[in-house]
Amino acid sequence: MLKAVILIGGPQKGTRFRPLSFEVPKPLFPVAGVPMLQHHIEACAKVPNMKEILLIGFYQPNEELTRFLFNAQQEFKISIRYLQEYSALGTGGGIYHFRDQIVSGSPEAFFVLNADVSSAFPLTEMLSFQKEHGEPNSFVILGTTANRKQSMNYGCIVENEDTHEVLHYVEKPSTFVSDIINCGVYLFNPDIFQHIGSIFQKNQQDMLLEEPTNGWHRAEAIRLEQDIFTALAGQGKLYVYKTLRFWSQIKSAGSAIYASRLYLNQYHKTHPERLASNKEGGPKISGNVYIHPTANIDPTAMLGPNVSIGTGVTIGAGVRVRESIILHGANLQDHCCVLNSIVGWDSTIGKWARVEGTPSDPNPNDPFAKIDSETLFRDGKLTPSITILGCNVSIPSEVIILNSIVLPHKDLNRSFKNQIIL
Amino acid sequence: MKALILVGGYGTRLRPLTLSVPKPLVDFCNKPILLHQVEALVKAGVDHVVLAVSYMSELLEREMRVQEQRLGIRISLSHETEPLGTAGPLALARELLDVDNEPFFVLNSDVICDFPFKDLMQFHRNHGQEGTIVVTRVEEPSKYGVVVFEADTGRIHRFVEKPQVFVSNKINSGIYIFNPSMLSRIQLRPTSIEKEIFPVMAEEGQLYTMELQGFWMDIGQPKDFLTGMCMYLQSLRQQAPERLHTGPGFLGNVLVDPTAQIGDNCTIGPNVTIGAGVVVEDGVRIKRCTVMKGARVRSHSWLESCIVGWSSSVGQWVRMENVTVLGEDVIVNDELYLNGANVLPHKSINESVPEPRIIM
Ligand SMILES: Nc1nc2c(ncn2[C@@H]2O[C@H](COP(=O)(O)OP(=O)(O)OP(=O)(O)O)[C@@H](O)[C@H]2O)c(=O)[nH]1
Ligand SMILES: Nc1nc2c(ncn2[C@@H]2O[C@H](COP(=O)(O)OP(=O)(O)OP(=O)(O)O)[C@@H](O)[C@H]2O)c(=O)[nH]1
Ligand SMILES: [Mg+2]
Ligand SMILES: [Mg+2]
Repeated sequence: MLKAVILIGGPQKGTRFRPLSFEVPKPLFPVAGVPMLQHHIEACAKVPNMKEILLIGFYQPNEELTRFLFNAQQEFKISIRYLQEYSALGTGGGIYHFRDQIVSGSPEAFFVLNADVSSAFPLTEMLSFQKEHGEPNSFVILGTTANRKQSMNYGCIVENEDTHEVLHYVEKPSTFVSDIINCGVYLFNPDIFQHIGSIFQKNQQDMLLEEPTNGWHRAEAIRLEQDIFTALAGQGKLYVYKTLRFWSQIKSAGSAIYASRLYLNQYHKTHPERLASNKEGGPKISGNVYIHPTANIDPTAMLGPNVSIGTGVTIGAGVRVRESIILHGANLQDHCCVLNSIVGWDSTIGKWARVEGTPSDPNPNDPFAKIDSETLFRDGKLTPSITILGCNVSIPSEVIILNSIVLPHKDLNRSFKNQIIL
Repeated sequence: MKALILVGGYGTRLRPLTLSVPKPLVDFCNKPILLHQVEALVKAGVDHVVLAVSYMSELLEREMRVQEQRLGIRISLSHETEPLGTAGPLALARELLDVDNEPFFVLNSDVICDFPFKDLMQFHRNHGQEGTIVVTRVEEPSKYGVVVFEADTGRIHRFVEKPQVFVSNKINSGIYIFNPSMLSRIQLRPTSIEKEIFPVMAEEGQLYTMELQGFWMDIGQPKDFLTGMCMYLQSLRQQAPERLHTGPGFLGNVLVDPTAQIGDNCTIGPNVTIGAGVVVEDGVRIKRCTVMKGARVRSHSWLESCIVGWSSSVGQWVRMENVTVLGEDVIVNDELYLNGANVLPHKSINESVPEPRIIM
C-alpha cells in the first residue's frame, strides 16, 4: 500500500501571498474553484492502493482546515489527517518527526508533495518510473525543464542522462548549474528516514559542540533539499523523473491566477462538468470558466477566459471579467470590468468601475519559461502586478484601481494606480 | 457691416483634430467653430465676412460657399501666401474692409462666448476712437497678457505680458472692432496685432476696452475645448434649454444630435455633446465628453473628459479619461484603458495607454 504526505507549511510562510493569506491559510486558497490542496488530494486519491493522506504543517488546528478535511474525506473516501508540528521543522524535519505515523501500516512507498505547487501530478508515472529505472529502494524527484535564467530560482538537478540518476543537487544556486529543476513532488520509501535520521544525529552532535541553546529544536529542523538531496546525489539512491506536463509554483497571489488557468485547462479531461458553457439565459462564456452553482450571474455579463467565480458571488448586467478569481460573496455591479485581478471575499465593485492588474505570466514564446514570483518592489517601486482586493473591500462606482493591492476592509473613495493601500 | 476672422493659424495645439480639418471647421457643440462666430455676426447685422486664410483653404472654401447660400451673406476668402500673423492679414484684406467708412469686427477663430457684437458696436461708436478690444476676466492673470485700463471709460493704458504682481485680471478676448482708419497702421508683412499694433494705439489714446459679460473660452487646445463645451452647454441651459436632451439616463447639460442613437441603460452627462449619426450602445457611461459625427461607442464603456473624433470607434468595456483625444477614424479595441492618450487619425489601438502619451 501507499501513502502521501502534503507539506502545508504554516502561518509564517506564504508572506508573498498577502493580503489573501490573512483570511485563509494559503493551502486552502481556491485555485480553479477548489482549495489549492484539493488538487493534490485528488491526484493522490487516484493512485491505486493509496490508503492515507497526511497533511503536515504548523498551523494551529482551525475551523477552515477541519472543515476542508472533513469534506475531502467524504468526497475522496480516504483517510486524511492533519499532523501539526510544534514549530517549523522544515521540509524534512516534519516527515521525520511524524515518521511513525507515516510508516504505520507498512506502506512500501509514500509520496511527499509541496502544497504550493500546481501540477498535473503524474504520480502513477513516477511509480512506474521507479519500478523500471531506479534501484529497488531508490527515491524519485519529479523534475521539469526550466530556462537557464529562471532555473537558479529553484532546486537544480544534474542527472545521468542514461540512468536518470541524480548526480548533483543544489538549491537555488547563484550561477547556472542545470536546467532540470525540482518540482517539489517526491516518491520515497521508509529508507529515507535513515538518511534524515543521520542528519538529525549529526545536527545533535554539532549542537553539543556549541554553547547550549534550545538546540534540540534546531537539530530537528531539517531541509529535504539542502540537507538530504545534496548528500544523496551521486549515491545511486536518488533519481529524477522528468515530466513535460504542466507545473508551476504558487508563491505570489499572481501565480494563483496562472495556476487556475492550468487547472481549468486540465478540467477538460478531469472535470468537464466544472467548466461553464454558453447556455440560453446564461452569461457569455469565452474560454475556460468555473462558476460555482450558487453564484448569481446576469445573462448580459461576459466571463473568461480563465475566470473562477466563488460561492454566492453576484455579477450584474454588462459586467466583464477576464483572467481573474472572484472569491465568495463578492458583488460586481453593472458594467464594471475586472481584468487580471483577485477580488476578495465579500468585496464590492461599483458600477463602471475598472479593476485591472498586469499579468505576470511566463513568456509565452519560451516553452520552458516559468512564472516569476518576484518580490513586490523593484528599485523601490511597486512592480506592476495583478490587482488584489482583500476581503470586504469596497470600490466606488466609475473609478479605476490599477496594479494595486488593497488590504482588507478598506472603503476606497477614488482611483488608485500602482499602490499598496493599507 | 463687415467682419474679418483670422483663420490662418495651423491649429497645432488642437491636433490630432486639426490634422483632418482646419481648426475653424472642427465641430464644437455639433457645429463648426467658425459657424458659431459667423452666425453671431449675421445676427448682429454683418453681411460680409472676410476669412483670412493660409492653409487647407479648399475645404474651408467649399464649406463657406454652402454657408453663403444658407445665411444669405457674402463670404470672402483672403489668401495669404505666407502666414502674416494676427495683423498682417488686415493689410492684405484692406480693399475689402476699407470700402465705406464703417467700423468692422475682427475675431480670432477659436474663441467661444456669448458674442456681444451689437453692444460692442454701440460702445465703440460712443467713445468715437479707432478701436475697441473686448476683454474678459480670468482667475490667474499671471498666465496671460493683461490689459490695464481706466475703469470708468475703458481707455487702455498699457498691456503687460504675464504680470508677476497683480496689475489687472482682464485679458484680450480676441474680439475687436476697428475704424478703417487703423488699417493705415499695418504693413503688408508678418505682424502681431497684440505686440506691435495695440501698444501704439493705446499710447495714442485710440484703444478702448469693453468688458465681456458671461462666459468666454479660447478653445484652441483639447483641455480648454472641453471646458469651453461645459460653458457653452450651461449657457444653452439658460438661453435655449429646449435644445438640451433630458430624460431617464441623462444628467445635467447634454446636447444630442437628433440622428444619434443611444442604447439602453446608459448614463450620459453632465456636459456631453453627441454628434450626428453617433451610435452609443447599451450600458455606456459618458461624462464631460464630445463625441463627434459618425463615431460609435460600444457597450459598457466608460468615458470622461475625452474627445472622440469623427467616425472613430470605441470598443466594449473601454475606459478613456483625462483628455484622451481620438483623431478621425480611430479604432480602440475592446477592454483597453486610455489615460490622456492623443491618438492620430486612422490608428487602431490594441494596447492600453496607462500614462498620457501621443500615439502616432
Ligand atoms: N510542514 C512544513 N512544511 C513546510 C515547512 N517549510 C516549508 N514547508 C512547505 O514546503 C513547501 C516548500 O516550501 P519552501 O521550501 O519554503 O519553498 P521553496 O519552494 O523552497 O521556495 P522559497 O519559499 O522561495 O524558499 C511549501 O509547500 C511549504 O508550505 C515546514 O517547516 N514545515
Ligand atoms: N490669417 C492668419 N491667421 C493667423 C495666423 N496666425 C494665427 N492666426 C489666427 O490667429 C488666431 C490666434 O492664433 P492662435 O491662438 O495661436 O491659433 P493657431 O496659431 O491657429 O493655433 P496653434 O498652432 O495651436 O498656436 C487664430 O484664429 C489663428 O487662426 C496667420 O499667420 N495668418
Ligand atoms: Mg525550499
Ligand atoms: Mg499659434
